[in-house]
Amino acid sequence: MDRPATLSKEAHVELLRKLLLGRRFEERCAEMYALQKIGGFCHLAIGQEAVSVGAMSTLEPDDYIFCSYRDHVHAIVKGSDPGRVMAELFGRDTGLSHGKGGSMHLFDADHGILGGHAIVGAHIPLATGVAFATKYESRPQVVLCFFGEAAVNIGAFHESLNMAALWKLPCVYIVENNRYGMGTSIERASAIYDVAQRACAYDMASETVDGMDVLAVRESVGRAVALARRESKPTLIEARCYRFMGHSMSDPVHGHYRTKEEVEEQKLKDPVRRYFQQLSSQGIIDQAGLEQLNAEVRTIVDAAVEFADASPEPPASALYEDVYSEPYGPYTRSQP
Amino acid sequence: MPLITYRDALNQALREEMQRDPKVFLMGEEVGVYQGAYKVSRGLLQEFGDRRVIDTPITEEGFTGVGVGAAMVGLRPVIEMMTWNFSMLAMDQIINSAAKMLYMSGGQFRIPIVLRGPGGAAHQLAAQHSQSLESWFAHVPGLKVVAPSTPYDAKGLLKAAIRDDDPVIFCEGETLYGSKGEVPDGDYVVPIGVADVKREGTDVTIVAWSKMVSVAVKAADTLAAEGISCEIIDPRTLRPLDEAPIIASVQKTNRCVVVEEGWEYSGIGAQLAYLIHRDAFSDLDAPVTRVTGADVPMPYAKNLEHLATPSAARVVEAVKQVLYID
Repeated sequence: MDRPATLSKEAHVELLRKLLLGRRFEERCAEMYALQKIGGFCHLAIGQEAVSVGAMSTLEPDDYIFCSYRDHVHAIVKGSDPGRVMAELFGRDTGLSHGKGGSMHLFDADHGILGGHAIVGAHIPLATGVAFATKYESRPQVVLCFFGEAAVNIGAFHESLNMAALWKLPCVYIVENNRYGMGTSIERASAIYDVAQRACAYDMASETVDGMDVLAVRESVGRAVALARRESKPTLIEARCYRFMGHSMSDPVHGHYRTKEEVEEQKLKDPVRRYFQQLSSQGIIDQAGLEQLNAEVRTIVDAAVEFADASPEPPASALYEDVYSEPYGPYTRSQP
Repeated sequence: MPLITYRDALNQALREEMQRDPKVFLMGEEVGVYQGAYKVSRGLLQEFGDRRVIDTPITEEGFTGVGVGAAMVGLRPVIEMMTWNFSMLAMDQIINSAAKMLYMSGGQFRIPIVLRGPGGAAHQLAAQHSQSLESWFAHVPGLKVVAPSTPYDAKGLLKAAIRDDDPVIFCEGETLYGSKGEVPDGDYVVPIGVADVKREGTDVTIVAWSKMVSVAVKAADTLAAEGISCEIIDPRTLRPLDEAPIIASVQKTNRCVVVEEGWEYSGIGAQLAYLIHRDAFSDLDAPVTRVTGADVPMPYAKNLEHLATPSAARVVEAVKQVLYID
């Protein structure tokens, strides 16, 4: 089933609500990281929300997604409970992975969220494998695989695209091109600037889209999802976006590898504000409506933090659980 | 009971499991049209078609990841490594994806995958094609590691591996493919994690697996002629390890030699020696001794290759050493 080309007023507002929820959630993550409620590495998607929100608005509930370690917004937008996401970031037992995955490894089987992977590009073959499986079983689901532009230089990307094109697999590869692989700009890492051109080597459909424009992303991914679902063919989409925060919480917003001026200039294209202005000019929502939406999502985020904070840590007995499918002690059968 | 080769025993296991469960498929380099680089998959393409017997490009990380992804959503892939030497290209998918997925996801995603293929030295294949890498995989929580020594064990363990809900590293012996043994027709399973006493004895315990079992048997025959009785234990599964029969045997013989084709440093034998010291220290009449591959990349020259590989003569020597016989 294809989504209607034009969105209802309510659907527009829902997209804006998701953008706001993602933004407010990530802002709260930054606060919680500063308060040391969140540990480890924490990568925020502030500035990039239009890619995940636009892309996933084209999916059916039982479609699958894979993402990199910058995965909070993806999980929430795909349907995960924000409280369980925040609890995972807090390392609590009520988290999606019972506190064993953390910020970089969000999994939610009930919502088709297959991780949260923290080796750059390693989930691209996995997504290809899920697309292989849906085709093998003649199931209708498609797979969206999100990764950063730096991942296109890793072998796994090329190996996967080759197989997906060769075997005609229903996978949409979405490059969230935020211009920097950690601190290395695409110009310093890739021999070609247009990432979408990489698809040519595999005779694969490709598109380049403004990743700061939620509707443009939605249209582009919508075409790719339709191609995957109807003809079982993959597409490579390059969504050009920008992250307004550092690579992770330990990286300043600007400094060694990009200037303050560059960041400020990009912020003028803020995908959340831009979409609001677009809707506002069409009379779909006004400032009061925006404030109301903001209040709604703030309540959700507040509740998520409260839930996470009130949740217990995993019990010590969880340490050896889920290493294997059956109960199992450390490295032997005979040790309980 | 029919006498068949190790290769055909594996082929039977694959065929029977593919007949039993439509979620099982075989993927790898040359598994289909070519009938398998070592002919383990002979006839499977003809029987099951190219939907379930899939020739891949030379792309180990890619197709291993495809297998792990397919396993995440309920298929039961059997991924053939043409040899385990090439698995290092897929190591990220094996270690970072397959082994950790269940744990990282808090129990949400099982990975019922079998990665199988030959390992160890064959005949003058030199440094890059002669490695025994079991200890690499056995090091990692989340993986199971199996290394059968006989056609009977090969068939029964491969069936168990395919039915297992966790990733199983299935190490076949490259020079074992042509070896013959009794294998029943039809269905049986050798459970993962259960050792087998390949020969009963009273004076020394020899622990060996895969190809090294035959080396141990040869040594035991020689020693028997000298009145020395060896008990040979084949763990069959290196992780999870069936400790109890090994400990029980050492408690009986008070001496142990571990024979391992791989390198000595950080090998499986080091772990076994630790376990024996932990659980049977007071029973030991001599330190646990190891016979291993030489600590070098495998040389090509026939004489040097022979020197680098555990032999029955070296096992005989080691047994005499733990018996304090000059």
